[in-house]
This record gives sequence, C-alpha cells and structure tokens, in this order.
Amino acid sequence: MQFSENWLRSLVNTDLDSQALSHALTMAGLEVEEMQPVAAPFSKVVVAKILSAEKHPDADRLQICKVDVGLAEPLQIVCGAANARVGLIAPCAMVGAELPGISIKQAKVRGVESFGMMCSSKELGISAEATGLLELDENAIVGQSIREHLDLDDNLLTLKLTPNRSDCLSITGIARDVAAITGAETRFEAIEAVTAMLKSAKTVIVSEKTVCPRYCGRLISGVNAKASTPDWIIKRIERSGLRSISALVDVTNYVLLELGQPMHAFDAAKLNGDITVRFANVNESLSLLNDQTIQLKSDDLVIADANGAVALAGIMGGKLTSVDDATTEIFLESAFFTPSVIAGKARRLGLSTDSSYRFERGVDFGNTKNALEYATKLILEICGGQAGEVTEVVGSLPVRQPVKLRMARLISVLGIPFEAGKVAQLLTQLGFDFTEVNSIFTVVPPSYRFDINIEEDLIEEIARLHGYDHIPAIAPVANLLMLSAPEARLHQNKLRDSLVAVGYQEVVNYSFVDESWERDLLGNAAPIKLQNPIASNLSVMRTSLWGGLLDTLAYNLNRKQDRAFLFEIGAVYFKQANSFVETTRVSGLAYGSTKPEQWAADSADIDFFEVKAHVDRLVGAKATYEKAEHSALHPGQTAQILLDGKVIGWLGKLHPKWQQQYSLTKATYLFELDLEAISNHQIPTYQEVSKLLPIRRDLAVVLDENIAVGEVLNAITKAEIPLIIDVALFDLYQGQGVAENKKSLALSVLMHDTQKTLTDSDADTTITILLQLLQNQFAATLRN
Amino acid sequence: MADLTHLISEAQVDFANSATMNDLEVAKAKYLGKTGLLTDALKGLGKLSNEERPAAGAAINVVKQGVEAALTARREAILNAEQAKQLAQESIDVTLPARTQSQGGLHPVTLTLRRFEELFHSIGFEVATGPEIETDFYNFTALNIPEDHPARAMHDTFYIDEANVLRTHTSPVQIRYMENALKTNKTPPLKIIAPGRVYRVDSDATHSPMFHQVEGLWVDEDISFANLKGVVQDFLQKFFERDDLTVRFRPSFFPFTEPSAEMDMSWNGGWLEIGGCGMVHPEVFKHVNLDSEKYRGFAFGLGVERLTMLRYGVNDLRHFFNNDLRFLSQFK
Repeated sequence: MQFSENWLRSLVNTDLDSQALSHALTMAGLEVEEMQPVAAPFSKVVVAKILSAEKHPDADRLQICKVDVGLAEPLQIVCGAANARVGLIAPCAMVGAELPGISIKQAKVRGVESFGMMCSSKELGISAEATGLLELDENAIVGQSIREHLDLDDNLLTLKLTPNRSDCLSITGIARDVAAITGAETRFEAIEAVTAMLKSAKTVIVSEKTVCPRYCGRLISGVNAKASTPDWIIKRIERSGLRSISALVDVTNYVLLELGQPMHAFDAAKLNGDITVRFANVNESLSLLNDQTIQLKSDDLVIADANGAVALAGIMGGKLTSVDDATTEIFLESAFFTPSVIAGKARRLGLSTDSSYRFERGVDFGNTKNALEYATKLILEICGGQAGEVTEVVGSLPVRQPVKLRMARLISVLGIPFEAGKVAQLLTQLGFDFTEVNSIFTVVPPSYRFDINIEEDLIEEIARLHGYDHIPAIAPVANLLMLSAPEARLHQNKLRDSLVAVGYQEVVNYSFVDESWERDLLGNAAPIKLQNPIASNLSVMRTSLWGGLLDTLAYNLNRKQDRAFLFEIGAVYFKQANSFVETTRVSGLAYGSTKPEQWAADSADIDFFEVKAHVDRLVGAKATYEKAEHSALHPGQTAQILLDGKVIGWLGKLHPKWQQQYSLTKATYLFELDLEAISNHQIPTYQEVSKLLPIRRDLAVVLDENIAVGEVLNAITKAEIPLIIDVALFDLYQGQGVAENKKSLALSVLMHDTQKTLTDSDADTTITILLQLLQNQFAATLRN
Repeated sequence: MADLTHLISEAQVDFANSATMNDLEVAKAKYLGKTGLLTDALKGLGKLSNEERPAAGAAINVVKQGVEAALTARREAILNAEQAKQLAQESIDVTLPARTQSQGGLHPVTLTLRRFEELFHSIGFEVATGPEIETDFYNFTALNIPEDHPARAMHDTFYIDEANVLRTHTSPVQIRYMENALKTNKTPPLKIIAPGRVYRVDSDATHSPMFHQVEGLWVDEDISFANLKGVVQDFLQKFFERDDLTVRFRPSFFPFTEPSAEMDMSWNGGWLEIGGCGMVHPEVFKHVNLDSEKYRGFAFGLGVERLTMLRYGVNDLRHFFNNDLRFLSQFK
C-alpha cells in the first residue's frame, strides 16, 4: 500500500522524522518497502503571475514577460513556453534557485536581461514529461513557495502489509497503529451525519445477511457529475497510486483510502426497482466496469436490481449502472461483506481490486455508515445535490469474543519478564477494551481488528509494541541426551565423498525437466505434469537425473570443457495410482579422458569398466550386474544392477543416437542408483585370521563366448566350495589357440584352512570340485 | 724367512687400481687365492723348523690381516661408488607435476547444508525429510493456511493438480515429523532441522523457481521466543564464524507461527533478510494433537542459497543452478 506521509501526519501527531517514522513502522510489523520523496530537493521557486508578455524583438518563439513573484517590483523574464500568457499563474525559479540539474542565474537571452525562469513540471522534477509551463490554480497565492503550494515536501511510503493487518489498509488505520506504536495522539475528525433533504429512498433487500451483515445505501440527487475534483483530493489519491477519474469516483476512492471502506456509486437512473443483495442465479452474467463480462457462479454474491445483477459485491461494479458525466442521481453504497464470501473470488476471476483486496482481509464493520456519511458530505460539497435517508440493513455482525491473556503465559512464551502495568499501557495504546483480574487480562478487540482471536494474537501484539528488538537472544536450557547413530546406515555424505574422491563434481539440477527428455530418453509417456510451469522446457517432474546431467554436460562442453565427471543426488517422481512416490537417486555421468591431460599419463578415454569401478564403490561387493536394455543406453553396453535380487540401478553407455543428438564427440557413461538401497551396510563381524599361509592355484578354462563372466564368478561364490577364499579373473582371452566362439578365462584361486597347513592333494581336490562345477554349469573345459 | 710386510702396501695399490668388483676379485687372487703370494707363504711354513714356525706364521698372519682389511675397505668403496652411481642415475625432477586424478567437488549448497547439519547436530537436532510433491493439506491447511486464505497468495505455488503442489516451503515437514513422532510415542523435546528443495513460480536475477530451505523446529515444555532468537543467532555466528553477528527480529505474519518474525542478520553495517520464524501456532499443535498448554515450540525457515552467497561471496543466484564447472570447481 502506497500513501503520502503528509496525509498520514495530518491524522496522527508524531514528532518522529520521516526516517524514524519509517523505521518505527517497519519494526512494528508494517514494513516500509520504499520511501521516496515526492519531489527532488530544490529551492527559490515561487508561485508567480505573468503580468505582461511581449514578443522578443530578435526571436520569434520568445516572449519578454513581466512576472509578479510577490516582490515589490515585478521581474523581467524571457520565456519560450508556448502557454506563457498574461494572467497565467505558474512556478517561477528566481535567480539563485537550484533546480534538479540547473542553477538559475541572471542572464541575457538574445540581448534581453532575464531574472529567472518560468518552469514546467518536468523542470521541477515532479513529472517525467511536460508540455509548457505548469499551470497553477488561479487562487494560488503569488509569492508562496511552490513546495508549499504543491505540498512537495512529502514522501511516498509503500507498506508491505501482511495479510493479517487489514486494519492498516487505510490511512486512518496506519495512523491508529502509529499512535499505538509511539503513544502519539490521533487527529481524527468526528464524522457527522448529513441531514437528509430528499424524501425518496431505495428499498434494499438483503437475502444473504450472513455474508452481508451490514448494507448501507442512500440516494443523492441533483449532483453535477462534471464537477472537478479539488486539488487536495487529487493530490492525495494520486500519491496513493490512483488516477483521478471523476469527482464521484474520486470521492469514493478517497474514502476508501482514508477510512478503508470500499464504496460504490450507482447511477440511480440506470437502476430499476429495489436493490437486492443475493447470490447469483443460474446462467446470470454481468458486464463489469472493466468491460469484462463474466458468467456468474452460484456462490458469487451480487447486488441486483429488478433486471438482474448490477455489481459483483465487494469486487467490482457493473458497466450498465455506472456513473458517467450525464449522471444526476446516484445510489451510494457502503457495505460490509464477510471475508469468506469474497476470498478467492477475485483470484478465480483474475480481478484483484482495491475493494476485493480489503474485503477478503476484513473491513471495519463498525464504520460502514460513517464512511457513507463522510462520502456524502464530500459529494455534496463538490458536486452539490441533496442526500436522501440512509437505508441500513443489518444482519448478524461478527461478534468480537473476549480473549484472555495470562501474564504467566505471556512471560513464558516470550521468555522475558513483563509487568502487568506495561501490558495495560500497551493495550490502552492499541485502543483495546480490557479488564484485568489477578494478572489475567480479558480483552475485547475492536471491530477493525480481524486478527485478534486467541491468546497468542495478543501476545504478538504486546511483543510487537514492546519491540522485538527488546527481546534478548537467550540460549535454551535443555536436558542433554545423545542422538542415536545407527552404524549400519550410510550417510549420503559418505556416498558424495566417495564420488568426489574419484573425480566427480556434484551438480544440482532442476527437478522439473523438458517433457521430451522423459518421453524420448526415458520412454516415459506419462510424466507428472505441472499445471503452471515456469517455462515449457521445465514442465514435467523428472523420473531420472540423467536428463539434467546430460544438459549440464552439454552446457559445459559449450564452454570449452573437454571432460566432465558429474553426479547429483536428488529426488525423482512417479505417479502411482492416486498418489505420488518420490525416491532419491544418486546418478553420475562420465565423459572424456580418464585423467586430465598430463605429461605422465596417457589420455585414454573413460570406458565402461572404469565407471563400473566407481559404481562398485557405492554399491558394495554384494551387488551384481546383469545385461539389460534401457531406452537411453547402448543396447550392448547396459547393465542392470541388482542387490538381493532387486533392481537398484543402471549403468551403461549413452545410446549413440542420443550422443549424436547432444552433439557429443565422445562416449558418455551414465549410472543411476537408488539411494535407499545403497544406504545400508553390514556392521563388520570378526572372522578368524589364519596363522597359516594360503595356497594359490591358477587355472584357465574355456567356455562358450556368450556366457557372462559375472555369472561364472557368481556361481563360484554361491557354491561356497570349502577352502576357497577368493577367485579372481586375471585374464580373458579369445583368438589363436582357443576355438572359435569360445573364450578362455584365467582364474587365480586362493585357498586356505585356518586349522592346518594345506597339502598339494588338498588343493588338487578343491580345484577338481571347482572344475566339476564349471563343467556342469557352463560346459567349461580345462584349457591345455 | 723374507719379510712380507711390503705386500700390504702392494695389495693396497692393486686393490685401489681395481675399478670393479671383478677386477678386485682378480687382484685378491694374487694375494689370497689358491696360488696367491700369502697362500704360498703359508704353505712354505712347513719347511721351517719348529722354533722358527710360530714367529714366521704370526708375521704372515699380520700381513694377511692387513691385506684382508685393505680388501674389505676397497670392496665397500666400490659398492658405495656403484650405489652412488645407481642413485645418480635414478635421480628425477621432483618438481615435475604429479600424476593426477581429477579432483571432484561438492556443490556449494551441499557445503552449506553440511554446516547446517553439523552445527545443529551439535545441540541435538535430528534431520527430518518430507516429500517435495506435497499435498495441499500439508503445505497449507495443516499449517493453518485454509483455502482462499490471502496468505496463499504470498506463495507462488506450482500446482500438480487440485490436491497436490510442489512444496513452497519446508514447513510441512514440521507437521509430518510431529505426526509421526506421536504415532511412535515419541514425546517432546522434538528437535529437528528439515533441509530440502522448495519451489515457487518465480524466476529472475534474484529468484529461482527451485531453491533450498532449512526448516528448524524445537518443541519442548519451556521454549521461548527469546530462545528462538538465541538459537538462530548462535547458528549464524557459528556458521559465519563471526561473534559479532547479531540477528534482528521484525514482526511479521505466518499463519503457522505466532508471534511471527522476519529474521534480519547484521551484515556490513546493514541488515539482510534471511528468513522467517516464530512460535508454533496453537492451531498447528492442534492438527498434530499436541497440547499447546503443555508444550510450546519455535520454528524457523532459512534460505540456503542466501547464506551460501554470503558465506562465499557469490554474487549471482543463477550460478547455483547453471552448474558451470568453472563455478562449481571453486568449492573444493
């Protein structure tokens, strides 16, 4: 909310200067977002009247003016403005004046002496553009400082109000809070009822008294709708960010700003029959003041006449019954609609108006009629006419329930000592009615406060006025109990560190991605969509982190990087039946040479088995790999990773077609693992260390080339052949000496016994069992 | 018997002239070999009388010891020289760069989150998490933000459907954690931080549609607004490793806390807004069946990117999600 500081000061008598006032507001919860002077500083500019104007002998466009600036003698000023004319009252900057960017000196203009400068509003820095001199009111006092005349020593304050403080959506409300904060006195003038001179009145039928508990309206006839709005009103509403439209509209806006009461003026001649406040009928529509025609819903509250809806209650008036220059009789409305009936409606219709903004937060229902009287008085003053009786329909207005405030509770919530006397003083400053018995206050909040319903609301008020700054920072006192630390649980930081140790850089990508990544790369035809994405390429929730990693890779390759090892830990999102499932994944990408280019190492590009080693660091020894297919990956270089028979992730080379699409010159390897599946590990249990030395035997076996080595090794592990403690593949060979379609595996077998020294015959027996197993399961033969 | 003492000096000369171990062996044979001069001399002892033999034998032995000593000395010298030569050959330029693996690194947001966890862990806070696709109920209603409440307009929410949103803050984790705690019969004190991603429909130089928050919650029988200030200030001082940091609270409004405050931190002579906080609203306690007469709590939400920027001097929020390696690699 924006407003003029001087307007505020006219309603509250504070001696704080602008900065201090702004700070006090901010520290009391009415955050001053911006404070801007109405005009830049300048001096020696006065109201002046042109007494005579003669053509300059040597310049067609210049005039030599005699100007009365309130001094004994008029000044001679050469002026080039087209609107300079005899009788015009305009600002004059006298010799010695400092305007924004100009210093005024005595000068000769084309040979004629000039003692100052007549000014436009642009030259005074109060508007961005101007044509000609700023024409002032004919009643302006010649010689008066222009700053005083135009009230330029003023600031525009912009408050960032929180939704609970609807009471401060008016100058009166802010003034009231300034008084509460500082203890200053308000200068509210009593509003007196206008005497009704008119006999006629509108009948008002409120069908929905629960949502419209108070409706006031009156006819005012004989008004001059073309009357001009007084400058002081224009100035105040303009400084609040509104435009002047017409006297009738300006007055309703003025009252809205000063009192916070939204009002509406109907052209009475365009109304037909009684006024009804009701919910919209089926198939009813309404053309609004902003030229929008809306189809009303059954929960839209409307003001209607005999012909149908004429206004959307509390939000906007209708086009057909609006006032215009020809209006002579108005029906002026001031009502209270409950927040619940307005809330959400404006947003649904895409219309946030000053009126709906206030009603949905809460308007003072104790001031409805006063506001009507105040507006009537201003209209009669400005537009003339005669006012009719006020028609008032009252339903069950909100009842402000007494709220208890216990001193003990206040002290314990705030954590500081507090005196009951101080609380009483602050409640008094707030203007709240209260009683106190045994350190328990019973407070009845005023009608303008919609945010005081429970004890905490009062505690906050007290704390706010006491000043949050006066509440010290105190470390809590608590029982010391250790946190549990499950050893089998791997913190994700360890996984991160493990990847960092082998050269991976962590990245953080958006959780929403391009729909095409999901569709094409991941084969996901139905990703979770956002209803209101920030951009079309960020419209669906990811089911894999790969899209982001590839995008990050492309981004960095475009910036002259030639290798990248990237990882991310983050959530992926799936829809399951009617709910959403999120799991956290750790995902990596490797591109380019294994090691950075250097003198002491070859610059070979990363391959599958190096990345597999990185994955092994994460998944542990128990995981197994199986050949599989994935839409993103090379069909011949894809592995599914399993743990305890469950798929926990993928590893593979990016499919060449995606490699091409991303313009990647080198092979890219990707992996992705379910974080939860790899977050548990075995707490070590001691195995006896043998004092005896192990025996190693090497053997080479030949088997069909299609048999996966992993299966062979798994089978050996599973068989748990006695004495064997480790079997490792140390060579893989195909070619001369090995039959076509066959391959040779060279295995080292390590055997030991914790109890006795193994003999050759023990080893032979064990190797025979192993060979038997390989022969039975894989038709393997011992290589000669 | 002739005096053989001169053999010692002769041997010394021969040995000294032997450049290699092989040469030395040849030179050794001349004196100590099967037919060497000293061997022959010893053999000649047999020809001497019993009276002469001991003295002559002793004299030869003295010479033999002298020759052997010379041999040993020379052997060591040659070995040392050979070793020295080998060492000289093996010498390398130790100033050459190391054979390196590339060094990975953590995202700066992770660095900040780690500090959060570490510091809050030190006073007994556990880490809690919750879903990012959150129900309207947990994101708003349970936090005392009913439908059509103007406070909803303060959150520029990403909607999935009518009932589900991308969480706009980490506050729903409070509710989920308290609900769960009570289901598992865990009673206050409850002390958690909930770090995580949050989402708002906002994107410009100072707003990202996705960012990180850390929610903090402490529910206990005797926890106060002054304690909230104490904990936040303590955290900031430890996080920035500056004892002179102070925190300023300004009255604000969040439907799920009361009293509510905006938190400002003193920084370079001014104040910077770093998050919101307040005492847990009784309505929130009601939602999770905690007795607000018996318990009180405080909650706060801090912006992670903001603190990271201040900590490391990063001047543009967009760096965090562009993932430019030239930026990220600075955080090692």
